[in-house]
Amino acid sequence: MKPASKVFTALIMIFLFAPIVILLVFSFNEAKSLSVFSGFSLYWYRELFRDSETLNAVKNTLLLAVCAAAISTVMGTAAAVGINKLRSRYLHAVMDTVTNIPMINPEIITGISLMLMFVFVGRLFGAATSLSFWTLLIAHVTFCLPYVILQVLPKLQQMDQSLPEAAMDLGCTPLRAFLKVEIPEILPGVITGMIMAFTLSLDDFVISYFTTGNGFQTLPIRIYNMTKKTVTPKMYALATIIFFVILALLLVSNLSDSDGSQTIKAAKQKRQKHSMKNHA
Amino acid sequence: MKKTLSLLLAALIFALLLSGCGSSDKLTLNVYNWGEYISDGSEDSFHTIREFETWYEATYGQKLKVNYDTYASNEDMYNKISSGAVSYDVIIPSDYMIARMREENMLLPLDFSNIPNYQYIDAGFHGLYYDPDDQYTVPYTYGVVGIIYNANIVDEADAQGWDLMWNPKYAGNILQFNNSRDAFATAQYRLGLDVNDTDRAKWDAALSELKTQAPLVKSYVMDEVFNMMESGEAAVAPYYAGDYFTMLDAQADNIDLRFYYPDPTNYFVDAMCIPSCCQNKELAEIFINYMLSAEPAIANAEYISYASPNALVYEDAGYLEDIGPEAAAILYPGLEDFSARYNQYAFRNLDSETLNYVNSLWENLKIA
Repeated sequence: MKPASKVFTALIMIFLFAPIVILLVFSFNEAKSLSVFSGFSLYWYRELFRDSETLNAVKNTLLLAVCAAAISTVMGTAAAVGINKLRSRYLHAVMDTVTNIPMINPEIITGISLMLMFVFVGRLFGAATSLSFWTLLIAHVTFCLPYVILQVLPKLQQMDQSLPEAAMDLGCTPLRAFLKVEIPEILPGVITGMIMAFTLSLDDFVISYFTTGNGFQTLPIRIYNMTKKTVTPKMYALATIIFFVILALLLVSNLSDSDGSQTIKAAKQKRQKHSMKNHA
Repeated sequence: MKKTLSLLLAALIFALLLSGCGSSDKLTLNVYNWGEYISDGSEDSFHTIREFETWYEATYGQKLKVNYDTYASNEDMYNKISSGAVSYDVIIPSDYMIARMREENMLLPLDFSNIPNYQYIDAGFHGLYYDPDDQYTVPYTYGVVGIIYNANIVDEADAQGWDLMWNPKYAGNILQFNNSRDAFATAQYRLGLDVNDTDRAKWDAALSELKTQAPLVKSYVMDEVFNMMESGEAAVAPYYAGDYFTMLDAQADNIDLRFYYPDPTNYFVDAMCIPSCCQNKELAEIFINYMLSAEPAIANAEYISYASPNALVYEDAGYLEDIGPEAAAILYPGLEDFSARYNQYAFRNLDSETLNYVNSLWENLKIA
């Protein structure tokens, strides 16, 4: 690397990681100060695990993210399969545009319009409160869906269309062909879509803020609401834990991925050698 | 790997759904309060909400679940409630928002026979402008704006009145509110003007006062005031007495933060009320009454570190000992004429025309 590019890379690394490092260091601060480091202590970690409201918010956030990811993965994959089968080019373009709307729409507009719709529907049915966990879940599925479709659709288009046909030719029912042949082919896209949906749901604030109801606060909302007084270092401790959990997940998924690609490579090489031998 | 991952996820969903579906049709109370504004069991404190649930079951023999949600500003709370999408039984807004909600018929009058502990509220908190007949509200906390300064930089002799914030000796060390009404108020009190005036000329005078101060100001801040004062980045800042103690706890080694009240100054009151969307008014009143009883009231006053209008708190020997005589002197500077001073100096809602004018002046100041 040239010196200039080295400096540039270093600068980018600093900008990306300095805030996280600061947060990490201050989560171990003995005192309450967010600016002066007075000694190492695990005090704020102990406090975090005794803060039942925050732990409840973490539970809510995870519950919501898991449900939203699961539902939007199933719905998104089904939608992608459907869109892929559309014959008319015009219809295809329409569907593409429609799925892109929740993605391009500013979050605040999605949030407010969803809230208005929930209130309207709630009034129609004469409910006193229209927002609840379920409205929040519907909202999250709504904005996660396009990302799943966007991940799965290219995989479907890359897939050799004759594969499921061959399977059905050999006696598979269409459902069986889909489960046994198409799903394994598009699985990487499905999984990436699910992970994206999970992370998007996990850190969404704006839409959740407008669509959550009584007694169900997610973590981003709880942290935002702490700003009347100062945010305590408890939250630094929580952020540090989340950072390391995600880092561990990333490492595991990357390691297993590279394992996977290596075995595929090895298998390919074997096959090539085999065929070469046969030719010889 | 992928199979186990998806199996794990499925198991997790199932477990979480089961844990979420455990609730039967027991009594619920929905409380909506500021974030970090109730004693929540952290640092070995009293867990107000959980204790209330236990107390209620022991007293009335019925299980109760409290849904406790928080908001970050009066406006957030107002928007959420007026959208009609949620319903809360008890809310704790600030004075000017209470006045607005009362005018818009968004509050219910309280039945004080369910709130016998109201007798402990200091008489100085009766007849405040936002609720002149004491029908709708029970005060929870109050605060007074004072000036915080670093005694290692500021001379004791200069630490008087609003003049300290205009003292050229401390240029580049002064912080000002980053919020139009609070910032204008500092100039208005200094000039002896009314903070609720509708006369534009008076606001112009306050603006020119702020403009002479602008070159001395390090920055216009709200929450950032904590870090900047604790670390010594700035030496003079106006803020609430209760928050001074938060800064004092966290100040760096070479910082010596002190506090005094300029006169006149600003006051706020946050009070408990029942919004018109309430589902169970009697239960809400029982909760308000519980909040006024000794143990929760003292725990909350200690947790929030703002002053309490409740005699069970400010006359309690244990509480006064815990906060110490200096803090007691600052937090409770004498209540005799509170309602008179409050009604004269506290913020009221401005009509929209004046408010727009003030905001345009404020933008003018920030751009210059």
